[in-house]
Amino acid sequence: MDMKRDYYEDVKLFKSGTILFWSAVLLIFLFTLPIYLPSYNIYLLNIIMVNVILAVGLNILVGYTGQISLGHAGFFAIGAYGTSLIMMHLHLPFVAAIILAALIAAFFGFIIGLPALRLEGPYLAIATLGFGLTIMHIIGRWDVFGGRMGITAPPLDMGIPGSAFSYVVQGDVKIYYVILIITVLLVIAARNMMKTRVGRAFMSIRDDDIAAEVMGVNLTIYKTMSFAVSAFYAGVAGGLYGFVVGFFDPFTFNLILSIIFLVMITVGGLGSIMGAIMGAMLITYLQYDLLKNVENLPYLGGLLTMVSKKWFTMIGLANFSSIALGLIMIAIVIFEPLGMFGIWIRMKKYWKTWPF
Amino acid sequence: MFEMLLIEGIAIGACYGLFGVAVAIIYKTSDVINFAQGEMGMVATFVAYHILTVYNVPFWIAFPATLVFAILLGMAIEFCFLRPAKDPTVLGLLIITLGAEMLLMGLAGWKWGAEQKDFPFLLSVTKTHEIMPGLLINEWTIGVFTLTIIIMISLFLFFRYSKLGIAMRATQQNVNAAKIMGIKVERVFSITWAMSSLIGAIAAMFFAARSVLDPNFMMEPFMRAFAAAVLGGLTSIPGVVIGGLIMGITENFFGYAWPEWKPIVAFVVIILIITVRPSGLFSKHYVKKV
Repeated sequence: MDMKRDYYEDVKLFKSGTILFWSAVLLIFLFTLPIYLPSYNIYLLNIIMVNVILAVGLNILVGYTGQISLGHAGFFAIGAYGTSLIMMHLHLPFVAAIILAALIAAFFGFIIGLPALRLEGPYLAIATLGFGLTIMHIIGRWDVFGGRMGITAPPLDMGIPGSAFSYVVQGDVKIYYVILIITVLLVIAARNMMKTRVGRAFMSIRDDDIAAEVMGVNLTIYKTMSFAVSAFYAGVAGGLYGFVVGFFDPFTFNLILSIIFLVMITVGGLGSIMGAIMGAMLITYLQYDLLKNVENLPYLGGLLTMVSKKWFTMIGLANFSSIALGLIMIAIVIFEPLGMFGIWIRMKKYWKTWPF
Repeated sequence: MFEMLLIEGIAIGACYGLFGVAVAIIYKTSDVINFAQGEMGMVATFVAYHILTVYNVPFWIAFPATLVFAILLGMAIEFCFLRPAKDPTVLGLLIITLGAEMLLMGLAGWKWGAEQKDFPFLLSVTKTHEIMPGLLINEWTIGVFTLTIIIMISLFLFFRYSKLGIAMRATQQNVNAAKIMGIKVERVFSITWAMSSLIGAIAAMFFAARSVLDPNFMMEPFMRAFAAAVLGGLTSIPGVVIGGLIMGITENFFGYAWPEWKPIVAFVVIILIITVRPSGLFSKHYVKKV
């Protein structure tokens, strides 16, 4: 069923006509989605897509190349601040600004990739963690970045801001289309990249870096490239995030955010694009919607309110979302190390051979 | 001024070192980086606070009660979260401890709320004694020095001479060989977590006495202590303490010169040093066999 007879069959984007058909259906569904949904949900969808971009990028680094990063909030912040500031001060159109900001993030990714050549495991974790914190503090200290007060994102302008060619995209629905197009492009790009020489080099580094080096994979180039690509995705995601929320301050980009990004890809499934997408969707939904007002949950809400009144405090009940996320992280690693993608694979296998 | 800054730096550094040792003990035995260490200490400190303020018992009862709680907490986390994971990867273990961190932080926030509290510690930062003419040292600093020295010496003796300490070192070197030699590896892990949680709780109470008590208060000290442990080399306990001292002194002097950059100077130093010496200053560089 998964037999491949030549190289082209292995690398092509759509394995069969069925997949092509359903992908087209999905795409049409996504493009018509704002017609059926109320506007708060569109805002949620925007956040989800931003996180999808980031998770796909982080998965290239963590899932495919096997390098740990606890500093992705830093790249995210560079993207968010970079895009807004470039548009405000250099008056570049949105597309140019976001690409420029993402390239800056990618450059920082390259810089962090250099020490990563010699570090692994906990040492790499502390280096990236330090990077994330450093970025957060630098942004918080410099007045150019708005300091601790944060900055308001400029209007999302497709043309040249402040001139006759200005074309401002306003409202969650229009921003939705902008983000959707970018997300689809970046996800397809990531999927294609993982099927090329570069993607195979990344995976060989993850499986065994010494063996990869012996086989002729240049570790210096590919490890730094993986960091740079991942940071590029994070930069684009950050740039879009700025326009979705409209206002951000340095403390948005703290260590917890980096941890949540890691949670997304672990819950979704390391080393698969689809897993990253599913994980980002689930965690963002939990964080922004389901666990936001815990006391209103069906069944569980009443119980939690009772428990809070008896043993805990009602004010602190909002912290329940962090308890739930923590438990999900632990449960996924213990019971389903492949994440949601693993569940999907098992379901697929079960139905493929059904009823045998 | 110079001596004051130096002593203050050494005191904070010793505290970082103590907390770093808690991280290093677990890493030494089971190759797990415990990101929940800070929050374990935080919860223990909150329990001490709860015992002290709600039940109004004297400090010399509350302190041992908290230490017992810390031991149980460490064992419980190892038993419930790490033991069930079968053949976990490095990243998987990291995710488990990060999950435990979020869990504990959420629980503490739920129980005690986010507002900042003063931790009524036995040794105060403001009461000073003049031990030498012109040299004022506060009680807190004296406490940290005494405790760090006691814990270091007892750890050294424990790992060097006791049967359990030797079993722990054996487990670290090769889990399977240790099992064959009749060491109950799981029990060793459990005891390791208990010890680490205990030391972490003591250090966390010292940190709480210096700053304020809220569910996030251990984040920064934990990261500094972890960075200090990495700086000294996670596998060598004296190295970790020296790393902590370097960290504390550097931070204190830089903090005096450029107060606004204090939080990141330490990290920049760490990144530079581990780029040059990837396994830290005092541990032997691990050579991978193919």
